[in-house]
Amino acid sequence: MIKVENLHKSFGKNEVLKGISTEIKEKEVIAIIGPSGSGKSTFLRCINLLEEPTSGIITIGKDVVTDKRTNIMKVRENVGMVFQHFYLFPHKTVLENLTYAPMNVQGVSKKQAIEIADELLHKVGLYEKRGEYPNRLSGGQKQRVAIARALAMNPSVMLFDEPTSALDPEMVKEVLEVMKTLAHSGMTMVIVTHEMNFAREVADRILFLDGGQLVEDTPPAQFFTEPKSARAKEFLEKVL
Amino acid sequence: MLDFQAVVPSIPYILKGIGVTLQIVIGATILGMVLGILLALCKIGKIKVLRLIADFYTSIFRGTPLVLQLMIIYYAIPQLFDINIDPMPAAILAFGLNSGAYISEIIRGGINAVDKGQQEASLALGIPYAKMMKDIILPQAMKNIMPSLMNEFITLNKESAIVTVIGALDIMRRAYVVGGSNYHYLEALMVAGVIYYIMTLILTFLGKKLEKRMSRSD
Repeated sequence: MIKVENLHKSFGKNEVLKGISTEIKEKEVIAIIGPSGSGKSTFLRCINLLEEPTSGIITIGKDVVTDKRTNIMKVRENVGMVFQHFYLFPHKTVLENLTYAPMNVQGVSKKQAIEIADELLHKVGLYEKRGEYPNRLSGGQKQRVAIARALAMNPSVMLFDEPTSALDPEMVKEVLEVMKTLAHSGMTMVIVTHEMNFAREVADRILFLDGGQLVEDTPPAQFFTEPKSARAKEFLEKVL
Repeated sequence: MLDFQAVVPSIPYILKGIGVTLQIVIGATILGMVLGILLALCKIGKIKVLRLIADFYTSIFRGTPLVLQLMIIYYAIPQLFDINIDPMPAAILAFGLNSGAYISEIIRGGINAVDKGQQEASLALGIPYAKMMKDIILPQAMKNIMPSLMNEFITLNKESAIVTVIGALDIMRRAYVVGGSNYHYLEALMVAGVIYYIMTLILTFLGKKLEKRMSRSD
């Protein structure tokens, strides 16, 4: 469903991604792990072109997103993204955060958008907060709303950029629970995370990035017990 | 000696100037806002020519006296195009064009102060640029810059007194006329001063209310 071929990305002289190739199948849950500065977030942000790759080819479904002729806005409708710092629209209520894009981008009727939003808010356990403004919510609640907002577009892939890194420890679990449920529902997910236990439990594959290279691509059972590379071993010793 | 009795019969005449002043200020504010938003969008946009034009426009209108701009519009435009322009539209035009330059800088600052993540979240949802600006970025920018905008509005209200040089019958002009008719300039001008001051107080009060309303989501 997603195919990445020889992806390079440089910021000025600094080469952050040094030729990454991988393929992600439908319904797969991928956890991207690696030390900070390894290019995890940049890799994720290249997938929906929030960062423009320096070179390489990325294909989502039938769309070659790196092709200039592809309408990237159309592709993005189909690729949900959740950010470390939520980025909810602070001047819109929770409900409006969920209904805005479906109504204004996809042309969904207001009635239908609200129906979809209400159902999603039930799913993430925040239906009673639908009239609140984001600043009245806790970090964990904000992130659950952000997930629901992305899901309201009915995407076929969800990208998560360190979704729990900005949360207080006691709020991490509620967000991971929502993500777990989503994974079990068959959503294709690519998750940059530092939550090793979550990755081990939920991911189908671990991509281990270091120094802008894809060092390892293994199932979690193997990655966490007997990683192939010395770099992964060293990293795991530090974090586990 | 101060003799307010002498100007009391003329106070209603001076008060009528409030309507004229408000018309100028409100007209100029609307024009200034529209222009300011357009210029700000040019300044933050990717098209270099538009950016240069907007910057040039701003530097001209901020770099020359307002009274000069007013007189050029009132006296020079008729000479150029062989049309007559009344004091009111000339005043609204001059103040609108001028405050557009200032407002564009305020708005540009406000847009830049909105978290870059708001734009990323919009892009990730596939929201087109125009809608993102209109519905996501500008409303947040407006909230941040409300105090500066109110300030600009209040300044405009006071500075509008210079339309007296082209003979628009605003508060200032009327006070001057009354003073001239009975040689009680000081009293008449003090009446005008009190009117401007009270207007400023009211605008400040309304501005505070508006700010409060707009910060509902905090």
